[in-house]
Parts: sequence; C-alpha cells; structure tokens
Amino acid sequence: MANKKMTIIASKGSLDMAYPPLILATTGAAMDMDVTIFFTFFGLDIIKKGNADSLKISPLGNPALPMPVPIPSLVAALPGMEAVATGMMKTMFKKHGVATIGQLLALAQESGVKLIACQMTMDVMGVKQSDIIDGVEFAGAAAWMDIAAESQVNLFI
Amino acid sequence: MSDIKVDQVLDAKGMSCPLPILKTKKAVDALSKDQVLKVETTDAGSKNDMASWAKRTGNEILKMEEGSGTFTFYIKKTT
Repeated sequence: MANKKMTIIASKGSLDMAYPPLILATTGAAMDMDVTIFFTFFGLDIIKKGNADSLKISPLGNPALPMPVPIPSLVAALPGMEAVATGMMKTMFKKHGVATIGQLLALAQESGVKLIACQMTMDVMGVKQSDIIDGVEFAGAAAWMDIAAESQVNLFI
Repeated sequence: MSDIKVDQVLDAKGMSCPLPILKTKKAVDALSKDQVLKVETTDAGSKNDMASWAKRTGNEILKMEEGSGTFTFYIKKTT
C-alpha cells in the first residue's frame, strides 16, 4: 500500500506558530506518511541557519498568552516584553518536556520530511539560498500544488 | 496475557506530544518482526495517540496499563 501523503504550508515565523507544522510533520512521518513542508513568507525564519531556536513570541495583540499578571496592550508594546514572553514560553515548554523547534526540525529532516523554501518570498525578503539550512529544496507554488494534488492532508499554517 | 516477553523498553516519561510517538516509531523500527516494545509515558494524550499511531502503522498494541499518571504500552511490531 502506498504511503498516505501530507503537505503543510508554514507561513508564520513566531515561536508558537512554528510548532504546529513541525509537530504535525514529524508525527505524520512517524505514522508512515510522506510529508512535505513548504516554507513561505515568515515561515522561512524557521529554516534560516541557526535561527530555529531563536524564534520569538510577541505578547502584543495576543490576549490568550498566559502571563503571570494580566498586562494591558500598551505595556505589551514596551521594549523587552517580547523577550519576557519568549523566555516564559520556552520555560513552560521545557518544563513540560516539549521538544525545541530546533530539535523538531532535526527530527523532521531525520525522518525524511521534505522541506521546500519558497523562492519568491526569499527574493522579496532578501534571503539567500546560502542563508537556509542544508537539505532544503527551493521552488514555488506549482511544486507545492503538484504534491498537494496527490496528498490526503494539506494544511496552511 | 500477563507474561508478555518484552524485547526492548522505551522510557518516554516526562515527554510531551509528539515526542512519545516519535521515539516509539524509532524504537519499533529498530526491532524485528514480532518483537515487543514496552513504552512508558506520562502524557495523558498518549493513550489515544498511541492507539491512532498503531492503527495507522499497522503495529499491534498487545496491552495498555494505566496507573498513577503512567501509561504502559506493549507494542508488537507486525512487519
């Protein structure tokens, strides 16, 4: 029986939004699926060299973010608040035995997840192919469409 | 069913989703057909996750034990 297939478009580059694509991709691979992640726009930040574990989360405009004390939006906008929120989130993840983004990315590559970087957004944002981690292919919408048309699961995140 | 012969043990206690599944997959891949992996987890979601994983990969959960926040799975590699 041919493996089921899944594609995921990873379009966000914040710490919280980097998790779902990588969790689902590694899990899909562990469940014998052929998985492709297409990194576009801010999702490219996940696969920039040395950047996976430097992603941040912003408390601004994110009322659901658990903070020790409720903070008004104007305070959330202050310098340093992003670092506070990011540090807090990472501590919570670590405490609960959650893998880091870097670990999940390595596990994804190890388990054969195909990584594609969107060449167009790289050009727009001035990202060079040499800025991206090894093992990533470079392509555009048609490449994703080709794989997506044969996949049972396609997600935009 | 109480005396299952275990070939390999995986301690996934303290790990959160998706690590118990990823580690289980890796450990099962390293086994031969019909060998049994014992996996211990503390992730409450792993009870359903492990069943879904086994169903999808065709491996068999011979037994699942639950006790004081720990889940123990006995998984037989079927291929």
